[in-house]
Amino acid sequence: MAPLGIESFTVPRSKRKHAPKPPEKVSLYRNAFKSALFKFNPKLMIHNPVMFVVLIGFILTLMMCVNTQIFGKTMATVGYVLWVTFILWLTLFFANYAEAYAEGRGKAQAETLKKTRSDTLARRILENGQTEQVSAGDLRAGDIVRVDAGEIIPSDGEVIEGIASVDESAITGESAPVIKEPGSDIASSVTGGTKVQSDHLVIRITTNPGESFLDKMIALVEGAKRQKTPNEITLTVLLVALTLIFLLVCVTLLAYAYYSKASIDIATLIALLVCLIPTTIGALLSAIGIAGMDRVSRFNVIAMSGKAVEASGDVGVLILDKTGTITLGNRLASEFLPVKGKSREDLARISAESSLDDTTPEGKSIVELSKNLGVKDVTNPPGSNFIEFSAETRSSGVDLPDGEKIRKGAADAIKRFVTEQGGSWPEQAHELVEQVARQGGTPLVVAKGADVYGVIHLKDIIKPGMKERFAQMRTMGIRTIMCTGDNPITASVIAREAGVDDYIAEAKPEDKIKVIKKYQSEGLLVAMTGDGTNDAPALAQADVGLAMNSGTQAAKEAANMIDLDSDPSKLIDVVSIGKQLLITRGALTTFSVANDIAKYFAIIPAIFSSALPAMKLFDIMHLGSSQNAILSALIFNAVIIPLLIPLAMKGVQFKPMTANQLLSRNVLLFGLGGIIAPFIGIKIISLGLNLLGL
Amino acid sequence: MPKKNAFWLVLIILFALGFLPHWGIVFLFIAAGLLITVFGGRYIANVFSGQRTLLTPLFQPLESVFLRVSGITDSNSMNWIQYGQALLLVNILCGLFSAMILSLQGDLPLNPMHFQGMSPWLMFNTICSFITNTNWQSYSGEQTLSNLSQMLALTFMMLIGAISGLCVCIAFLRGMTNKALGHFYQDFVRAFLYVFLPVLVIGSLFFVSQGVPQTLHQQVTVTTIEGAKQQIAMGPVASLLTIKQFGTNGGGFFNANSAHPYENPNAMTNFIEILMELAIPMALVRTFGLWLADKKQGWMIWGAMMLLFLLSFGVGTCFEQIGNTMFNHVHPVPIDQALSPLQSGGNMEGKEIRFGIIPSLLFTTATTATSTGAVNNMHDSLTPIGGLVPLWNMMLNLIFGGVGVGLMGFLLYGIIAVFITGLMVGRTPEIFGKKLEKPEIILASLAILIHPLIILVPTAIAAMSHMGLSAINNLGPHGLSEILYAYTSAAANNGSAFAGLNANTTWYNISIGIVILLGRYISIIALLAIAGSLLGKTKVEPGPGTLQTNTLLFITVWVGVILVVGALTFVPALALGPIAEQLAMMAGNTF
Repeated sequence: MAPLGIESFTVPRSKRKHAPKPPEKVSLYRNAFKSALFKFNPKLMIHNPVMFVVLIGFILTLMMCVNTQIFGKTMATVGYVLWVTFILWLTLFFANYAEAYAEGRGKAQAETLKKTRSDTLARRILENGQTEQVSAGDLRAGDIVRVDAGEIIPSDGEVIEGIASVDESAITGESAPVIKEPGSDIASSVTGGTKVQSDHLVIRITTNPGESFLDKMIALVEGAKRQKTPNEITLTVLLVALTLIFLLVCVTLLAYAYYSKASIDIATLIALLVCLIPTTIGALLSAIGIAGMDRVSRFNVIAMSGKAVEASGDVGVLILDKTGTITLGNRLASEFLPVKGKSREDLARISAESSLDDTTPEGKSIVELSKNLGVKDVTNPPGSNFIEFSAETRSSGVDLPDGEKIRKGAADAIKRFVTEQGGSWPEQAHELVEQVARQGGTPLVVAKGADVYGVIHLKDIIKPGMKERFAQMRTMGIRTIMCTGDNPITASVIAREAGVDDYIAEAKPEDKIKVIKKYQSEGLLVAMTGDGTNDAPALAQADVGLAMNSGTQAAKEAANMIDLDSDPSKLIDVVSIGKQLLITRGALTTFSVANDIAKYFAIIPAIFSSALPAMKLFDIMHLGSSQNAILSALIFNAVIIPLLIPLAMKGVQFKPMTANQLLSRNVLLFGLGGIIAPFIGIKIISLGLNLLGL
Repeated sequence: MPKKNAFWLVLIILFALGFLPHWGIVFLFIAAGLLITVFGGRYIANVFSGQRTLLTPLFQPLESVFLRVSGITDSNSMNWIQYGQALLLVNILCGLFSAMILSLQGDLPLNPMHFQGMSPWLMFNTICSFITNTNWQSYSGEQTLSNLSQMLALTFMMLIGAISGLCVCIAFLRGMTNKALGHFYQDFVRAFLYVFLPVLVIGSLFFVSQGVPQTLHQQVTVTTIEGAKQQIAMGPVASLLTIKQFGTNGGGFFNANSAHPYENPNAMTNFIEILMELAIPMALVRTFGLWLADKKQGWMIWGAMMLLFLLSFGVGTCFEQIGNTMFNHVHPVPIDQALSPLQSGGNMEGKEIRFGIIPSLLFTTATTATSTGAVNNMHDSLTPIGGLVPLWNMMLNLIFGGVGVGLMGFLLYGIIAVFITGLMVGRTPEIFGKKLEKPEIILASLAILIHPLIILVPTAIAAMSHMGLSAINNLGPHGLSEILYAYTSAAANNGSAFAGLNANTTWYNISIGIVILLGRYISIIALLAIAGSLLGKTKVEPGPGTLQTNTLLFITVWVGVILVVGALTFVPALALGPIAEQLAMMAGNTF
């Protein structure tokens, strides 16, 4: 079973070739280093209460470096205090660096987008019909602009005149141009930063400066407007409580030591405090959140908030559109069913003949299927005239030069055609049509002249791999619901075949809202995809709404995520990323708290061994001198942060499995590992310090 | 084998093991605990969900008269604020009433010894202590209180305190199991009629049958064999003793508490007293499992608690049996501390010969694991590690725990454990189908934080100040243990004492009184609020993506969080107190 992580990406690689590339490594490190230094600003640090306590500790030990006796008589040497101060600084630096590094990756992506935005000029059409040159930044909602071939669309808007092909690769990474024209729901909305390739468009701007899609994307990717997510805030509350508890422990320890006549110097006490408070998770918490958003954007999905990414991990129900998500966009021919008296070959041959010039996927699949059945060399004589499908005739076909007409189409349409041609409608054709419908397929009746030849079974093809993914979803306890406009019979057949848990047949947009609300009332979070304006209310109602970039502005505004590749099946990947984000957070919290056991064993005997030599009994790591023990624990506490940055960035590896399996795996790894690892780490550092003569 | 048969088989094996010498009592204890849990848990669940019980025909008329008068119906459940207010109101009124009795006892009847009213700060301390189920006693009962005070003030407050604890836990459990919180006054009446009254009547009669006095004579004067006149204090002991044990109160009639022959005459009363302390706390765990419709969850918690209990008991007993290592080096002949048919060996200082080491330690473990605080031996005289055991139990305060509040404390750590590790399954953490979000975690953090705060800070102040140090009896680490013990006992609403501390000083009376109040009400109200908040959320039916809290793995994590978050906090203080003392003793140092 392939992990549902980045690896098992369902979108073909070629589609992503224009996706923002990971920024150059060296400059990323250098920039992160620089901004880590800027982050020492106490005004910024106060947002991270755990690290703020470390900062205060650092300031206190810094004061002791100047005068070791500043907080009362102590035996601590300047050298020792200097070491403690330096390691505390290092701890703070690593924490800042983790955040800066995570932000840096997003910023580099934003740079490419910003280049698109800058220096765009727009031609605004004034009321008197004249045009004036303005900067794109000056455009306001309601302004009308004209954009010619080769020019960049200055801001988000709606096409009100003209028809043109637009290159959206700057935003989507998709190189094939799209046609934009007024009137239609999806095709009339244009995005700032995209380029008109042919002809011209007149566009009514729909956003004010700084609010356009591009602006939002830049802000989001940059992490500039990042707000703490609900779960992150809650976790911070708990971390603050733990910090306060350990602050109590350390401050009161001063009193007990005074009573026991075992003096503790402030530097050592601060070292103990910093070791005990959850600095590991405190340092990496915001980096984990930023990295989660970043992982989503690497999938070419823009999350409007971290909250949305987090919520996607909690999703209990996925509502998926059938077409394009579960099945390939089109129905394909799967079988020829001749009526009595006609051979399968004949049916296949005339079906193929009728479809030779048919460019629709259905048509192509008919030709393909007949070839597979051994019907070769199908050609139409010159002068044949292809009749395209129209909503009125509900059939298509070919008029041969000899006057013969071949038609394929809906049963009633062909019935009418055959009757017009003077033929009769065989009762068996009706049975075949029924049979196909019962199996969830679409029947196409084929007739040549007055003769009905048989029925083509058009079938929905489930996208490869979807069945397995739905099974994985079920393992994780997520229900999948297929939403389709098909009738209940067709829907149930496809639902069974694809392995989804439930389906909504003959779905109207308001049905989606109803279903979403129903599941939400059961306490479940619901995710869905959509692209049309009529999807917008449901997208807004859903806890995770993924809009297709090809969709309308209304859909995109209502959603909290936008898929730039317009691939609805990505919803499943987004769920995995959300889960991974939460797992990473929990794993590092558990690790951080579990670390405390070893640190107690390192520091408590060290602190009291001078006053109470028998305490050496608890020095189970045999760390040698007190200084060595305290410094080893403190160094371990600091270096574990950069060591865990890669894990925070990549996220804990996530495979779909049940909650209990996940828990046992992660408790073993991060709980038990968190207890054992520091014993080993501290001992190794202690041996290293011995070599340095400390 | 069907589960039922397996249960009885285990029970029979445990009873059989009960015939073993020395340790047999431990197996008997576990067997009895299982029986109480199974039947008591079901009984309490039935009582508080209004279902018919054995005693319904007897008390139904009384209950319905009360309900009709006060206009309560099953449908009008209180919200957590109303429930908390009602609880506080009842506690305050009862406290004020008792304060009146205690201060005026000199002018009230049933005062054959003509004791005067209590001094104000001692009274403040006593009221705080008794209404909160703590029963810390800065006074000695037979020399301070009239019979009227013992009955109308103390026994009364002990009953109110215990019923309050049971009610608040019932409301909390209802909230956690997605039921309306219920009505405080209805719960109160039911707790009194169906749970306390029958046990108190039968229990008192049992103790009287074993020789515990129940009389309004406060003293008898006897002539001893040597011809001297001796005054022996007596009084309505049996009734107080029963509620003292069953309500996990612990405030003794006599200063010597359950070490006094009139409060604990023999080995059987000792065993029954231990079981009475644990009866409600054990049963409630099963009540919870039944209400959650997840009996396994209940038994998992019960098992974890029992394991922690046996761990404490085992460590304590071992160190007591080893005794004082310095005696092994006495010249010219070392003192014999070995266990033999003629002596129980080990450290017998402060213990009663009629009990011996194992029953004493079982009592000590039970009384501090629950918030009882009655003692049948002097904890101050335990070996340092033996003394660490009661301290440790009170610092955790959730190994079965006091009536009601113990289980609440255990579930509080469940919330924290779910929040920390629950994220590792990739979902916002849920407990019993409800999402844990900011409000719950703020409240849980508060409840977790308050316990170390009110133990460590006052101990630190006392350890550095004259007012704190002047009251201690011993130098060195033992003195620190005495102070630490006093505040831990107060914070855990336990009430037992390291007798070395002279706690009847203004500083200790006031500070301990305040610690008792904070220790009781802040966590109760915070947990009630959590229940209320969770009740407002939609319950999500469990599925494969749900973290199961009733597995062996999760209960291990749960206990792990209790130990790392709850216990490690106290390690530095313990290191400088009992651990330092034990190490010093082993090294032959005295202070």
